[in-house]
Amino acid sequence: MSPTTPPYGPESFPHNRLPEGVISVAEAPPAIELRGVTKRFQTRDGGGHTATRDMSFTVRQGEFVSVVGPTGCGKSTSLSLISGLAAAGEGEVFVQSRPVTGIPDRLGYMFQQDAVLPWRTVLDNVAAGPRYRGATKQAARDQAKDWVARVGLAGFERYYPHQLSGGMRKRVALAQTLINEPSILLMDEPFGALDVQTREHMQDLLLDLWSGTGAAVVFVTHDLTEAIALADTVVVMTAAPATVKDVVRVDLERPRRVEEIRLEEAFLDVYRRVWDSLREEVEITRSRGAARVA
Amino acid sequence: MSPDAATLDAPAVRATPRPRRVLRAPKITLTRVLLVVLWLGSWELSASTFLDPFYYSKPSAIGARIVDWFTGGTAFGSIWQQMAVTLEEAVVGFVIGSVAGVVLGVLLGRGRFLAEVCAPFIKAANAIPRIVLASLFVIWFGLGMSSKIATAVVLVFFAVFFNAFQGAREVDKTIIDNARILGARPRQILFTIVLPSATSWILASLHVAFGFALIGAIVGEYTGADKGLGLLINHAQGTFDSAGIYAGMIIITVMALLAEWLLTLLERRLLAWRPPSSATEAQI
Repeated sequence: MSPTTPPYGPESFPHNRLPEGVISVAEAPPAIELRGVTKRFQTRDGGGHTATRDMSFTVRQGEFVSVVGPTGCGKSTSLSLISGLAAAGEGEVFVQSRPVTGIPDRLGYMFQQDAVLPWRTVLDNVAAGPRYRGATKQAARDQAKDWVARVGLAGFERYYPHQLSGGMRKRVALAQTLINEPSILLMDEPFGALDVQTREHMQDLLLDLWSGTGAAVVFVTHDLTEAIALADTVVVMTAAPATVKDVVRVDLERPRRVEEIRLEEAFLDVYRRVWDSLREEVEITRSRGAARVA
Repeated sequence: MSPDAATLDAPAVRATPRPRRVLRAPKITLTRVLLVVLWLGSWELSASTFLDPFYYSKPSAIGARIVDWFTGGTAFGSIWQQMAVTLEEAVVGFVIGSVAGVVLGVLLGRGRFLAEVCAPFIKAANAIPRIVLASLFVIWFGLGMSSKIATAVVLVFFAVFFNAFQGAREVDKTIIDNARILGARPRQILFTIVLPSATSWILASLHVAFGFALIGAIVGEYTGADKGLGLLINHAQGTFDSAGIYAGMIIITVMALLAEWLLTLLERRLLAWRPPSSATEAQI
């Protein structure tokens, strides 16, 4: 296979895992495009709240993009627009070059809150996707067993979510999302509620499972270290209403280990660059908050 | 394997809460028995001295009446037949009423338009003193079983409906979104997300609902019937037989407690996924 051919596509996952860095992400076709997207919400008092304003960015197939921005700026809104759960007011959203009208095929979305089904065991939670898509119970469970093992939960198949720790529930959610073999993966601060060690564990797990799948990832987070350690590209949002302020490339080699990479000089350079860009926006948000309190 | 060996094999962690339970359980039971003895004893004593047993009856007379019913039968035939009739009316009414309540509750809970259209009608229907309908049902359906079943149904329906409605409304939106992303169609969301999620709400209402079903059946029989425990009580009232009224009450209470026990078993089975909440606390 010539290195210039994008070897991504539905058939490449997950059987022929590719060696890292065979092709440059910059040459891959776009997987997600937002063009001038504006989204307004009706607020309770009858007014409007603009979550995103004229937002445009592109995620290429196989690219890992982190989205950072000040609290409450509308980062999550961009994900619900891409997923088709919400419709944009103005502007266009394309997934795999098709305008988003419903939930696109082969899209995975990991929510900030726990979304596992409390009345199902780990195994049946993970098997939910294939079951919904028409697999037989046995086939879905066999497939799920494999994924439960891949996220490191072998032996916990018959446990209910309330019997698991927060980190383990996130693993269930990860397996539940990845079992559908998404080519677009949206993640909304998935590890935000976890303690630092568990979070780093989950980040490494995510990178391991993602590498070679060719999936395009949009990862929304507050945590700059997390954003840079995981991503090929960091998109910095402005204070609300969100629009793209800056796009920073992260040229760090893969495979990465999160706890090691953050000590490298190259990492710190990117960190300073992103933080310089973000600081202003964070200050704007803070002063607004202070004005509201005063 | 002997029970002793089983205890020895159990993991050590289990052993800790045991001794307290062993000490507490007989103490509680003993106190309960004492209270009942005290209550019945003082009743018996008062009815033998200054209270008129014609109005208030007494425990020994009630006990004799129950024994008499079970050995010699009642004025309307075997007591077992009366119980079977009442139970059948209650169970059929309970099943029809709860199925209708769940179906309509979930439908309205998920369909906003339908809920807004129906809201005033349901509020009005709920405000009707439904027990009065028993008289109407006797006219409509006659003295047979169906009029009692109808009374039980209208009582059960609203108890279940409001809980199913609330349960269907309170489904976590993130869980539904997650299911949609995973590929669930609306029908699958209804059966795999909404219904299981509303189950704890629905089951909670079923406890009350079975009580209502029994009330419906008995009030129905009381209004006009040719069989059943309600008829027995009505007959006892007509002949100033206070012991008969008490005896009927006790039999109905025992039936209700048995049904409650069965429903608790069902609930435990269906809600096995829930964290064991305050299981050691007193439950009423």
